Parts: sequence; structure tokens; C-alpha cells
Amino acid sequence: MPAVTEELSTYLDVFGSRAERRRAEPDWLVERRNRGMRQFAEQGFPTTKHEEYRYTNLAPIAKTPFRIADGGTVTLDDLAPFLYNEIKGDRLVFVNGQFSRTLSSVADLKASVTTTGSLLADNPAVIAPHLARYSTERNNPLAALNSALFSDGAVVRIPEYSAWDAPIHLVFVSTADAPDTATHPRVLVIAGRDSEAAVIETHCGIGGTPYWTNAVTEIVAADNARLDHYRLQQETLSAFHSSLVEIHQGRDANVTTHSVSFGGALVRNDVEVVLEDENSECTMNGLYAINGRQHVDNRTCVDHTMPHCTSHQLYKGVLDGYARGVFGGKIIVRPDAQKTDAFQSNKNLLLSENADVNTKPQLEIDANDVKCSHGATIGQIDGEAAFYLRSRGLGESEARSLLTYAFAADLLERMKFAPVRDRFESLLMAKLVQQRASKK
Amino acid sequence: MTMLEIKNLQVSVEDKQILKGINLSVSSGEVHAVMGPNGSGKSTLAQVIAGRDTFEVTAGSVTYFGKDLLELAPEERACEGIFLAFQYPVEIPGVSNLYFLRAAVNAARKHRGEDELDAIDFMEIAKKKMASLGMDNQMVSRAVNVGFSGGEKKRNEIFQMALLEPKLAILDETDSGLDIDALKTVADGVNALRGPERAIVVVTHYQRLLNYIVPDFVHVLADGKVVRSGDKSLALELEDKGYGWLGNGARPELAVRA
Ligand SMILES: Nc1ncnc2c1ncn2[C@@H]1O[C@H](COP(=O)(O)OP(=O)(O)OP(=O)(O)O)[C@@H](O)[C@H]1O
Ligand SMILES: [Mg+2]
Repeated sequence: MPAVTEELSTYLDVFGSRAERRRAEPDWLVERRNRGMRQFAEQGFPTTKHEEYRYTNLAPIAKTPFRIADGGTVTLDDLAPFLYNEIKGDRLVFVNGQFSRTLSSVADLKASVTTTGSLLADNPAVIAPHLARYSTERNNPLAALNSALFSDGAVVRIPEYSAWDAPIHLVFVSTADAPDTATHPRVLVIAGRDSEAAVIETHCGIGGTPYWTNAVTEIVAADNARLDHYRLQQETLSAFHSSLVEIHQGRDANVTTHSVSFGGALVRNDVEVVLEDENSECTMNGLYAINGRQHVDNRTCVDHTMPHCTSHQLYKGVLDGYARGVFGGKIIVRPDAQKTDAFQSNKNLLLSENADVNTKPQLEIDANDVKCSHGATIGQIDGEAAFYLRSRGLGESEARSLLTYAFAADLLERMKFAPVRDRFESLLMAKLVQQRASKK
Repeated sequence: MTMLEIKNLQVSVEDKQILKGINLSVSSGEVHAVMGPNGSGKSTLAQVIAGRDTFEVTAGSVTYFGKDLLELAPEERACEGIFLAFQYPVEIPGVSNLYFLRAAVNAARKHRGEDELDAIDFMEIAKKKMASLGMDNQMVSRAVNVGFSGGEKKRNEIFQMALLEPKLAILDETDSGLDIDALKTVADGVNALRGPERAIVVVTHYQRLLNYIVPDFVHVLADGKVVRSGDKSLALELEDKGYGWLGNGARPELAVRA
């Protein structure tokens, strides 16, 4: 039994200091929180000795004694760069992990778009079967820590047979006005049978000091549910961000999850998908655009447990400066999962000689009648293509931007909700300009 | 008036010398044909004029309207009126042909101090040019050269040339592999551009194109040098006898045009 390190004692203290809060919570939740804390205490922060963290050193997070952030003050103006006027549906805003009624736009907190806090007070029975039930905490101590410590979170329940035309927007903003603060945002999406909806998560920051966001999203998609999920990571450039998105899909369910990472100094995103019944389909799109000394690690795992399921992963990265990208994608095909169709691709565009990528696919296939493919590429701007554009009058930086845009275009096109697509298209272009400028 | 003046141009790539002292002079209003065996350096010459930086100029000079061309970036050369129709046009997935063409036209307009064209105005101009070249409208909405047949790629080059209206157009084997209809499109595009202010250099292996675009001068390149220059009858002679009769003896003095 290793000694309780300083790293752990910080979180044992934080957990202990929240005993009072827990007394107001239902027993099942307290139990799950205790289990989460135990799991975190047993495993601690993963180190680079763990195969799945080989290229991502979490020491900068582990070494900092993060305490839970207090509430902060944010105005709608502060949030403007992260909001979408086109979203007429519900918006929930959490500031430093706490729900903000004034910044949110939601008619009735007792309805289908609400908070864990509100549901735990009024109607805990509806989330008891789901909350902290799916997240794979066994091998993800950070997700376990989130279960132990999350203050509040968003709950989206899409009733069966209903189709929502407007996306739901969940915004988690950190003010980082005090040093060493952390939030543990929590999201639960329950897509009912034969329902259809879009949910957008934005994780952002507006302050100057380093902070840590450690988020968990659980998505359960019942039979024939269709869900379009966006996770837009726009933390400040000094922030730490870790996350788990865990998706469980029923028969004929179809989920698309977009993971976009533009911010953060050190970022680790895990996406775990379990296709639990036949003819389920999951599309996982990832886009990371990073520069300076940003480090972004994306890890995916799709578990095909039943026949006739499809998974489609495309992750693309644009890296400049000394940025470092890591991709680890695992596809598991269980013995029963005949006729699986699984595809995985990771493509990287390096804009500087100092940028670097580690990419590693992993296949565990235990069925014989399956179609699985994977591929990874790391490349630079095509000199011939750039010359072709320049020979037609486009300037050097314009040619580079256009080719970079072209590299990311198919991923952007997959974003069905046009305002998000347009926003990140311009953010990508702005990031390139900034990269070029900072080189001079 | 002399437009392009190439003197003793020597070019290497990865320490291998490809052009070994080219002399060529092109004046406004002229059409020059450049012929020569595979690997003789025709595309290298064309790409160096357009500004490809993978080639290293080790000696000689290239002036364009009296200015040092080698000083200019490729985009500056384009804006100053130099156009190269590529032997192998590059495919660019993810960039629409329409966007690319408008960006190209607007870059030149900006350079001349003119207003940039918006998408609607540009489309109108593009449609007219396409009609005059017998091109399919849907080609502009596709990604640049992606999934284009060989002939479509060459037509797309001519279309770009027609939109950009260059002063000096260099066509690198734009006729290779074309059927007679496409060949006529290329020839019509070039002939429409012909005028006292402009000059055209066609790199070709075949006499056939030169029936439609009649050159004022024909040059033969072999092993990185101009080994023979003459008028259009030289092309016919080459068609008849091949390159063998020219021998290996380079006679640069013949490169100096009348
Ligand atoms: N980037 C390069 N690297 C190395 N060698 C090159 C490069 N480009 C051209 N060469 C060589 O230079 C020589 C001339 O090539 P170039 O393409 O200019 O010939 P060409 O006359 O256009 O031939 P073709 O009629 O086949 O088009 C050839 O031997 C070719 O292999
Ligand atoms: Mg050639």
C-alpha cells in the first residue's frame, strides 16, 4: 500500500470538507461519491508509466493542490464569444461549476432541461438509475474524482418519440480569478426511445490564472434515438482540461459526437462508446487546432458488443509551434458482434518543424465476420499545392490558410449545426493568423 | 517590346544540373513553341519562370519588362501577369474551384488597385467564360481538380487563364492527351488571348496543337539547352524526323531569335 502522497491528501481533504453537502444528498449518490473517491485514492493520478498516458504527463495537474472553485461573476458580454444567437432553445450556464440562473435561458427547471441540483431536490428518482452509472471509473481515476466532487451539472432528458428542432446549449465557464481552482462539470443526457435532439457543450474560461476543468458527460441513447452531440473545448491557453464522454447506445440508436479542442495548455479527452444492441451507429469526429506549447491528447474506445453495429471515427489535428498531439484509438469487437463495421482515422497537419504527434490505433477483434479499418497520417502543407495556389496570385499565408482549411474542411462539414461550423471555421482561420504573426 | 529575357539560365535541383545555360527572348505579340525530348528541362524552365522554389538558379538572369523576375515571389509574378498552365494540375481536396478562382482573380484585381468581385459578380463573369470555352458549369462547384479527368484538368487550366488574362501565358503540355474537341477548346482559349500586348509560350511534343496555335518561333530544348531555334517549319521538320537529327551538339547561338 503506497503512502498517501501529498497529491492525494489534497483531494481527501477536499472530499472531507464536503461531508456536510453530502448529508443533504440521497444515499445512492453518496454511495457513488464514496466509490469515486475510493477509486481515485487507490489509483491516484495516472503517470506516464500507464500505457494509456504514455505521451501525456499529468504531473502539472497532479502537483497543483487544486481546490474547488468558488462562485464567480460573469456577464453575458463576457460569454458572447461562446454563445450562438441562432440557438433559440434552452441554455444552461454554469459559472465555476455552479448554476447561474441569470445567465441561463430556460423556462422551467422542472422540465426536460435542468440541473442535477434541481432534480436532486425535487425528483431524484428520475436520475438515480443513470447518474454516475455509466462512466467507466475503474480505469479513469479522474472521472472517479469528478463523481466524488461535482457540485452541479446539466441534465437533458429528451422524451421518447419527440424531436427537438433547436439544440440545447450547456456552457461551463471558469473565471479563474483565484489561483489553483478546479471545477468538475457533470452532464447527463438521456435520449428517449425514438427521440431526436442536439446538445452542445461549451467549456470555456475567461480568467488569467491556470485552472483545471475535469468534466464527465454521460449519454444514454435508447432504441432508435438520434443525438448530435458537440463538445467544444475553448479553455484559456493556461488551463488544464480533462474529460470523459461515455456513450451507451441501444438498438438502432445513432449518435454523433464532435470533440473540438482549440484551448487548454494540457488537455486529455477520453471518449468511451458502448454499442449495446444491434444496428447501433456511432460517429466520432475530433478536431484539434493547437499552437505554442499546447498539448492535446484524445483517446477513444468503441466497444462493439452486438452484431450489425457501425462506428466511424475521424480525428484531425492542426499543430503549429511546439504543440503536441496524441491520439489513441481503440476498437473492441466482442465475439457476438458479427457484421461489425468499424472505421478509424487520425490525420495530422504539422505547420511547424517543432510540432509533434503520437498516434496509435489499437484493435481487439474477437469476431470473424467484421469490417475494421484504421489509418493514421502525419503530414505537412503540400508544397506543390501551395505553389499552385501562389502561382495563381494567392499570397503565401493565404495559400497556407486555404490548405489548412481544406485539411479540416470535411470535419467542419460534418457539423450539421451551421453556426457551430461557421464559428470554428473562423476560429481556425484566426488561430492560423495568430500562429503566423507570433512567428515573426 | 521585349517582355521576357532569359540569359544563360542555369538551374539545379538537389545538386543535379537540369538547365545548362538557356537563352530565350520573348516579345509582346509573339507566340513561341518550346519542344524537346522527355526530361530535357521544358517543365523546369516553365516552373522556374513561375517561381517554383524547389529549383535553384545557380547562374544567369531572367528579366520581365526589364525587372529582375527571380526576385519576385510566385504570387507577385502572377499579379504582374505571368500565368503557367501546369503539365500536371494539382488536386486540392476541400477547396472549391469557385472559391479558388475568385481568390485568384481578386488577388490580381487588388494588385491593380481595383475593387474585388463579390461571389455574384464573379459567377456572372465565370459563366460567360465557361460558355465560351464550352465548359460544364458544375466544374466550378467541385473541389479544385479533384476527380477531374485529364481533359477536364487541362480545360480548367485554360479557364483560369481566360479569367486571369495574363500578359505572358506559358502552357506546359496543355495539349497532351486531349481529344480533338478539348484541343480546340485549348486553342480557342489561347487564340482569344492573343494580342499585341501579350505573349504565349507553348511547351508541346506535338505538331497538332501548332496547327491551331501558329507559333512565330520554335525552340528545341535538349539536355538543358536550346539546341535549335527556327520558325514554324522547324516543328514540321521535327514531326518528320524526330529529335535525332539534331544530334547532341548544342548550338546556343541558334537560340538567339531574329
Ligand atoms: N524535383 C525534381 N527533383 C529531381 N529531379 C527533377 C526534379 N524535377 C525535374 N527533375 C529532373 O529534371 C529533368 C528535367 O525534367 P523536366 O520535367 O523539366 O523535363 P521535361 O522536358 O518537362 O520532360 P517531359 O517532356 O517528360 O515533361 C529530368 O531528368 C527530371 O527527372
Ligand atoms: Mg514537362
